[in-house]
Amino acid sequence: MAFDRRDFLKVSAGVAGAASLGTLAGCAGTGPAAGGARPKVVIVGAGFGGATCARYLKMWEPKIEVTVIEPNDAFTSCPYSNTVLAGINTMQDITFGYDNVKKVVDKWVKDTVTGIDTAGRTVKTAGGATFAYDRLVLAGGIELMFNAVQGYDAEAQKSVMHAWKAGPQTATLRKQLEAMPDGGVFVMSVPRAPYRCPPGPYERACTVASYFKRAKPKSKIIVLDGNEDIASKKGLFLAAWKKHFGFGTPDSMIDYRPNNMPRAVDPKKMMVGTEFDDVKGDVINVVPPMRAAEVCGMAGVRLGLDGKEGPWCAIDFRTFESLHVKNVHILGDSTLTNFPKSGSVANNTAKMAASAIVEMVNGREPDAAPVVTNTCYSATGMGTAFHVATVFRYQAAKKEADGKVTPPAMIAQKGGGVSKEESELEFAYMDAWAKNVWADTLGLPENFNFTVKMG
Amino acid sequence: MKKTLALTLLFAGTLGAVTVAQASDVRARFMSANCAYCHGPDGKSRGAIPSLAGLEKGYFVQQMKDFRDGKRDATVMQKHAMGYTDAEYEAMAAWFAAIK
Repeated sequence: MAFDRRDFLKVSAGVAGAASLGTLAGCAGTGPAAGGARPKVVIVGAGFGGATCARYLKMWEPKIEVTVIEPNDAFTSCPYSNTVLAGINTMQDITFGYDNVKKVVDKWVKDTVTGIDTAGRTVKTAGGATFAYDRLVLAGGIELMFNAVQGYDAEAQKSVMHAWKAGPQTATLRKQLEAMPDGGVFVMSVPRAPYRCPPGPYERACTVASYFKRAKPKSKIIVLDGNEDIASKKGLFLAAWKKHFGFGTPDSMIDYRPNNMPRAVDPKKMMVGTEFDDVKGDVINVVPPMRAAEVCGMAGVRLGLDGKEGPWCAIDFRTFESLHVKNVHILGDSTLTNFPKSGSVANNTAKMAASAIVEMVNGREPDAAPVVTNTCYSATGMGTAFHVATVFRYQAAKKEADGKVTPPAMIAQKGGGVSKEESELEFAYMDAWAKNVWADTLGLPENFNFTVKMG
Repeated sequence: MKKTLALTLLFAGTLGAVTVAQASDVRARFMSANCAYCHGPDGKSRGAIPSLAGLEKGYFVQQMKDFRDGKRDATVMQKHAMGYTDAEYEAMAAWFAAIK
């Protein structure tokens, strides 16, 4: 039988009388925790969002009892994983232990979440454990929808990599690229926006091209883009492709094809099918469409602004709490926002949510008008990089002159945008950004020995 | 009675001030934490991007203004400086100046 907290509290309130009412309010999750009751926060997922949120919650309000549930033994960074494909870095260089997060949280659970009951406020795991929460933080990243691509079944997934979640997928794709003969064709895809890491696919074309240029100069890359045009940092990527890889000439290493959403894969024929074409490759790398993580589906928070089922989770920008399900906060890539789905944003939204949760469990109002930034670097694979940077400022709901209500929004401030040009200096900054965001997410000590190379 | 009322008001007033101070503190704390993903946790950088920890308050504010006005060259920082107000520069400057 499930443990019913509310019934228990009703009984205890009845027995102990008025004195217990404070506790009752405290345990309801939305108000301050009274007396000795420690507010319980359960965080699902320890990527850029979840790990950061855990650390900052404990830093800013040690009394919160933080439980982190994460299936992986170590953190593998998606940013920089394209440099692994290029042979510039190894998996080891972008993989970090969780030791310094484990040290500060109350419970670290290596397990997979299998069920979430938002009415009873409990989380169940594959290992059979149940965790009660006052506030739940879902930081599960993305769910890849293989069903949307014909033939992309479990068998096909053994040989066709997405490598859009860094880890064994990245290592396998690197091996496939290494095994490919010179003169081979690498077919890769770009999902329709919005997707995790908007510049990532175009950066991947760069870093793999840099590897080919060094090791297999007769090889080609076909980029099948589900979008009608390059979806991020267009001018900068085009310039890099031209400068380094002959783009726009008959000898171009990169063959870019917009409006070419992969509809089917055939690993036996090594073929990717789009609406127009069947494209053959020696290595094929298909990133299927995606939506908010599986755990968001379990919690029933994949709901748009209107409360209807959708791919992403609508949140309150001040707290990152679901607009529709109380006490459930969602971070990073799973959210429905106008932020790019970047590691930087996941790291920063985790701190926004942590800050708000600390205020709320203490019965105070969270910051009514937060300001947050994104900065995201992309590497060319040729020792240079460039960035996009934006400051977002909260704007409350507004009633317009015509009576219509504009919903709350994070407004991109004037002055934001992209680099003027790629540069070595920005590659040095990209290196510093990576080390700093890893350190901030995972609590790496100041003397931590990074092995990642700049190319 | 009067004394009690006065005391109550004094107490309430103090509480109010504490609440306001706390709210602005919470804002400064997040705005500063926001910088960590490039400038390092607590503004202590692990690479070529400069550290912010321990910078003198006036220096920090002046740099932000110079970035904003294009008086100091930058790759990224003009974009960030333009998104914050002078009061927010001050709040972040005070936060980082206090870090040893």
